[in-house]
Amino acid sequence: MVTLTVNGRQIKAPRGSTILEACRLNGIEIPTLCYDPDLRLAGSCRMCLVEAKGRPLFLASCVAPAEDGMVIETESPDIVEARRIVLELLAARHDFSCQTCEKNGDCKFQDYCYRYGVKDSRFTDGGRHVYPIDDPNPFIERDYNKCIMCTRCVRACEEITVARAINVKDRGHNAKIATAFDGHLADSPCVFCGQCIMVCPVGALTSKVSAGKGRAYEVDRVLTTCTYCGTGCTLELNVKDNQVVGVTSNRSEEYSPVNKGALCVKGRFGWDFINSPDRLTTPLIKENGEFREASWDEALDLVAARLQAIKESSGPDSMAVFTSARMTNEENYLAQKFARAVLGTNNVDHCARL
Amino acid sequence: MTNSIEELEKDAKCIFVIGSNTTENHPVIGMKIKKNVLYRGAKLIVADPRRIDLAEMADVYMAHLPGTDVALINGMMNVIINEGLVDKEFIDNCTEGYEAMAEVVAKYTPEYVEKITTVPAEDIRKAARIYAESEAAVICYAMGVTQHSTGTDNVKSICNLAMLTGNIGRPGTGVDPLRGQNNVQGSCDMGGLPVTYPGYQAVTNEAVRAKFEAAWGVPLPPNNGLTLTETINKAHEGQIKALVVIGENPMMSDPDLHHVEEALEKLDFLVVQDIFLTETARYADVVLPGVTFAEKDGTFTNTERRVQRVRKAIDPIDGAKPDWQIICELATRMGYPMHYNSPEEIFEEMKALTPSYAGMSYARLEGRGLQWPCPSADHPGTPFLHKDGKFTRGKGLFSAIEFKEPRELPDEEYPLILTTGRNLYHYHTGTMTRRSVALDKHVPEAELEINPHLAAKMGIRDGEKVRLSTRRGSVEIKAKITDILAENVVFTTFHFHEAAVNWLTNADSLDPVAKIPEYKVCAARIDKI
Ligand code: SF4
Ligand code: SF4
Ligand code: SF4
Ligand code: FES
Repeated sequence: MVTLTVNGRQIKAPRGSTILEACRLNGIEIPTLCYDPDLRLAGSCRMCLVEAKGRPLFLASCVAPAEDGMVIETESPDIVEARRIVLELLAARHDFSCQTCEKNGDCKFQDYCYRYGVKDSRFTDGGRHVYPIDDPNPFIERDYNKCIMCTRCVRACEEITVARAINVKDRGHNAKIATAFDGHLADSPCVFCGQCIMVCPVGALTSKVSAGKGRAYEVDRVLTTCTYCGTGCTLELNVKDNQVVGVTSNRSEEYSPVNKGALCVKGRFGWDFINSPDRLTTPLIKENGEFREASWDEALDLVAARLQAIKESSGPDSMAVFTSARMTNEENYLAQKFARAVLGTNNVDHCARL
Repeated sequence: MTNSIEELEKDAKCIFVIGSNTTENHPVIGMKIKKNVLYRGAKLIVADPRRIDLAEMADVYMAHLPGTDVALINGMMNVIINEGLVDKEFIDNCTEGYEAMAEVVAKYTPEYVEKITTVPAEDIRKAARIYAESEAAVICYAMGVTQHSTGTDNVKSICNLAMLTGNIGRPGTGVDPLRGQNNVQGSCDMGGLPVTYPGYQAVTNEAVRAKFEAAWGVPLPPNNGLTLTETINKAHEGQIKALVVIGENPMMSDPDLHHVEEALEKLDFLVVQDIFLTETARYADVVLPGVTFAEKDGTFTNTERRVQRVRKAIDPIDGAKPDWQIICELATRMGYPMHYNSPEEIFEEMKALTPSYAGMSYARLEGRGLQWPCPSADHPGTPFLHKDGKFTRGKGLFSAIEFKEPRELPDEEYPLILTTGRNLYHYHTGTMTRRSVALDKHVPEAELEINPHLAAKMGIRDGEKVRLSTRRGSVEIKAKITDILAENVVFTTFHFHEAAVNWLTNADSLDPVAKIPEYKVCAARIDKI
């Protein structure tokens, strides 16, 4: 363990921690933009600067090791001023369009500008690049006019998905996130997992499928398990007015043990079938080769009577139940119980093999 | 899976992927494998007739002909035995049947196997050495191994290979079938099988049956039931008269759809419970609207046996009912009252009858869920099975397995091998993904992968519609020219009703034990339109 003094308070942390980790462990919040606990450290945004007594330069706390006896200030006037400059530099390339931005209310950059009172930027001399928003893929909106170059998307793509579809192109003022030939994602190795959306701290990367359907503070997030493949990823269904309007990740290992928030394109963008106009909303009974709508009572009575009659005339083994690999365990249990105890047959199976 | 997903990322030192296009069909598992290979130095061996994404980063890639898995694995075992790379201690202490197996394997020299599989002998040697010499090697497989007339043999061969090298019962080792659909593991666990009650308890076992008879309060049938494919056949013969289909779509997913169609038409009564009017529901006498996973509570069990909660996010849409309620109402109307206030009550009843789930409860499933077996309320669950080489039956049994050719081989009239599968953007019969706007926009239609040489010979251009035919029928489908497969193999997916490839697949060619249809091999031809 190491002991350090932060904002006048003594804290302890395991040896080998960074200053940021030591502070977070002890409930002291330091703003960060490029830091992500699951990704390789970048140490590039300088948002997490702190002052250490006896050191001539401010330290980036996300990369600086916590050393025994350090005396740290995280919100001194000098630090606050330094953070303002960092924010203003970023603001120079950021298109503030919070009123229409999907990230409004859930945006780290907006939060920090609010916290440090940054309205606009002193550093706009070079002019702001205007990037076209024109990637036609149906999943991910890429608006680099809002990008603050934290490179979290690049690292997530490389380290979580291992697709390596995007990287930093050019340096300094001209730096930009791009695919190999600065083209469309569909022409790159991108697999549309949306891990880049998951880590982007601002509104530069957002879901086209959820666009306009509700902001973070308007939705309830319900933790559940993906309905597609057998990996069993945990995801959050975003619900607004009793409608599913999106999917987000829960990145905690405690709640998302299989995937730690990582998803694939189906899990992240394949949820809107829930609201499809094709959903069946009434029982149907076929008469003279055509379906007609029926009440639940009529339909269930008919099914029960027909099954009963066939059971009596041809025996239980003339009937079978196909249960489903997409239904819950509870429903599968009931389906096989229905076959065995109610119909009286072991003819029950599902498409495990198909 | 005998082991956990996490081990593929952290513990495995060698990963052998056979018959699984992991990055497309289990994408998040695929990501973990890539991470381990690229950043932690794990070795990767890939065997697949198509040069899939994972093959690009593999230490050895073997493009064996579809249906030659047993030969390939026997070849690897031949090398391992001849080069003295076996785990003798494991074989002596934990297994039986080694001699008989070794005798069969003796003739499968790499050179002999090369002739069957088209994989260069040197690659077979290299793969065998990498797998056998690794401290912790795991085998991942999926439908590419099981959907063959020799599917059971293929799986047994894979188990042979793991036992021969003692790669079982430790972190990062094991035999990991990657289950295709979200709850296919759970459906099997819950007794959605014609031969077992929940927890794989045999319906033919009298003591077990007595237990369920006492719990359910009725006499239960003592004979094994019919599998899905057999049921369709019996319906065709007129012996099955009524069918209840809950959330399945055999009119897309089953082999030889003409045969399925005729079978469904012959039924006296078909009831389909689903969220959409599926291809199958169109044949129904009564259709009952169920709900999606967002509209109900429950649990799913993933491929690593982890039981996790499904939570109701929204109320059922107007007019639809959760499937468990529909079943209860039907049972009650048929004179067998079923009343549960919630899925949790059903879970409680189930776990009392299912030893491997006995220690679970909704409260305990909060957070990380639990991996079965979890026999008691204080049991932490089981991340990997067969710990220290202990198998359910005592000792692991080697099987002596000869290579058998696929049932339907190419000939003059149908000179190509058609193999089917899935892609990243769609799921199974497409009922959900085709109605997910972005997914369907991105990949709106089926494509037939054709090797460039074949395309050149036939004058087929990329994107052109061709006719794909087998002995059972034909569909028109867009050609995609790609060199990831051999000249005599073509591939497509079964997600698209517009070009439903299961009109073409073979229903007569089943694995004799598992009754899995041979989707991965049938004889086909293509013609220009
Ligand atoms: S969607 Fe996934 S693969 Fe594509 S750029 Fe984002 S992180 Fe990379
Ligand atoms: S797009 Fe988002 S995540 Fe990527 S560098 Fe820009 S701000 Fe960071
Ligand atoms: S998010 Fe993708 S990988 Fe995860 S369970 Fe769903 S379909 Fe499978
Ligand atoms: S958060 Fe530390 S430098 Fe960006």
